[in-house]
Amino acid sequence: MTRVEEPVRTDLAAENADELRHYYYQMLLLRRFEERTSEMYVKAKIGGYCHLNLGEEATIVGLMAALKPEDYIFTNYREHGYILARGVAPGPVMAELFGRETGVSGGRGGSMHLFDAKANFMGGYAIVGGQVPLAVGAAYALRYQGRPGVVVAQMGDGTTNIGAFYESLNLAKLWKCPVLFFIVNNGFGMGTSVAMGSSETELWRKGASFRIHGEQVDGTDVLAVRDAVRRLRTRAEAEGEPALLDLVSFRFRGHSVIDADRYRDPEQVRKGRETNDPVRNFAALLHDHGIADDEWLKSTAIRVDREVQEAIDFANASPDPKGEDLFTYMYATPVPNTPGPEEAARAVQINRGEL
Amino acid sequence: MPIITYRQALNDTLGEELARDPNVLLMGEEIGVFQGSYRITEGLLQEFGPKRVVDTPIAEEGFVGVAIGAAMLGLRPVVEIMTINFVLVAIDQVVNHASKIHYMFGGQVRVPLVIRTPSGGTGQLGATHSQSFENWFAYCPGLKVVAPATPYDAKGLMRAAIRDNDPVIFIESLALYDTKGEVPEDDDFVVPIGLAEVKRKGSDVTVVSYSRMTAVALQVAQRMESEGISVEVVDLRSLRPLDRPTIMASVKKTNRAVVIAEDWYSYGVTAEIAASIQEEAFDYLDAPVQRVAGIEVPLPYAKDLSAASKPSANSLIYAIRQVLKGSRGR
Repeated sequence: MTRVEEPVRTDLAAENADELRHYYYQMLLLRRFEERTSEMYVKAKIGGYCHLNLGEEATIVGLMAALKPEDYIFTNYREHGYILARGVAPGPVMAELFGRETGVSGGRGGSMHLFDAKANFMGGYAIVGGQVPLAVGAAYALRYQGRPGVVVAQMGDGTTNIGAFYESLNLAKLWKCPVLFFIVNNGFGMGTSVAMGSSETELWRKGASFRIHGEQVDGTDVLAVRDAVRRLRTRAEAEGEPALLDLVSFRFRGHSVIDADRYRDPEQVRKGRETNDPVRNFAALLHDHGIADDEWLKSTAIRVDREVQEAIDFANASPDPKGEDLFTYMYATPVPNTPGPEEAARAVQINRGEL
Repeated sequence: MPIITYRQALNDTLGEELARDPNVLLMGEEIGVFQGSYRITEGLLQEFGPKRVVDTPIAEEGFVGVAIGAAMLGLRPVVEIMTINFVLVAIDQVVNHASKIHYMFGGQVRVPLVIRTPSGGTGQLGATHSQSFENWFAYCPGLKVVAPATPYDAKGLMRAAIRDNDPVIFIESLALYDTKGEVPEDDDFVVPIGLAEVKRKGSDVTVVSYSRMTAVALQVAQRMESEGISVEVVDLRSLRPLDRPTIMASVKKTNRAVVIAEDWYSYGVTAEIAASIQEEAFDYLDAPVQRVAGIEVPLPYAKDLSAASKPSANSLIYAIRQVLKGSRGR
């Protein structure tokens, strides 16, 4: 077990400049996407619950930079950034938030249930802890079928207090599942601080009684996250050795878009945004090292703004799912005595007062 | 056709499906080294090895979740839950995850999973080990729930369940494991999910039942024949989807219906069937539908009280007489 008191400073000279600039582009895309998502929520384009990744951009981009195409990702409900950083186009992601047929889950999932089979993005899950055994199961299947790759079980700090998490740790180690338990530790589960909810506040220790290696990582440092994931990923794949990462990060806003964030000290939040802004800090780092100049930073911002606007335009122009398709995805194997398009269309018409 | 037990029919089918498809695997507590708490998996660890027959720790939420995640990547796990009472520990994974993954993610991923478990009570197992929760799962869209009553249906439905690409809850019964019946040897034999069957033809009254209560209903039908009462028995076989057309065809013929199930009376399976009959066959009824179900108590241990709290042949006979008289209420 290791605790990283001082983040490992990566030698930028040894880095590929194009890759570094790509990380920055992705982080900024996540930032703008979430800012505009918040705006669309206030405009009632987006319904339900909506949780943003603002402040967690380095954690997400660092993770995705270390993963390979054959890897699988299971997340919680705060996942817009993960599917974007995995390479899924912003348009279908925004369309899902809008509940449109062109959305990544066909408008059936919403903000908390994004999915893309082609990207091995295996879903956002909205019951805390529910995704963790699923991820272990996916890793179990990789092992069973002798396939390469690992599985990421992403979760928040609050998830480390639920039983499913501990059963998952036990089974992952017992059955040698190549899974990374990826704990985004932003210090709060909704309004409950880590100290209020967990007798062990050093979350990286929580795998210890299962003989699972744990590490704390600075979640605001994209390169530190990438390097830690890369290292543990390699070991997980080669040896079937699960690992636990405690990614200390800072949540810029309340739990969800509508949360006024009254339980946090406003001064600390202000300071946190100022000092822990991974996007701004990374821009400064690239600038200082001559990897990104003012002009590039400016043109990247323009590009990102345009791409997010195009995503919103795409979502706006997309059709709603049809009433007659209400039962379309009910079963993968059709069976008798199940309702179809006619029953769906009729139920919808009655509900709308059209019959 | 050979005559074998319900247990043997399940054991044979699990073995055949393991041999047929390398992605099929069995998981559960005590299914391997111990040979299965009720010996349904007897001999399969020896035949197929620990990769295909996986003993799990006591962690239902964990291993049911693992089975779902593995199914999402193409495995076809058949999970044994020792009794249905323990499935409550895993219900988040079944109801919030397995049932929703295909629909909620726009049909992009399938969950070919079978959870097999014995339901109901027998032999003074007491309040926590005698419950019937198949209605909880039948309530949930996205699941398929089957409950065979005979070795024939046990084999045919288990085949169908394992080859199906959706999560199937497969309800068994401790009291049926030793019952015997004819089972086909044909490799292609399956019983389709979603279809009920008239197990016995009759003209005076329809009894609707499933699983162990179908066995009870068939015995009662036999007994009542000597009194000149002709009982038709509709065996549901699937609780979700529910084959309402077969129920209605029978009720429209006999004009009287009794519904029997082991679960508790209020909000149970019998309530759903009775409601469906009044919706779809109201004009054909000569008497109110009678329901026979579990008495609503935490099942007492004491022998007589325990037996008195579960539906019996006598309680079914009583209900049949009531419906023939046109009595109202219980």
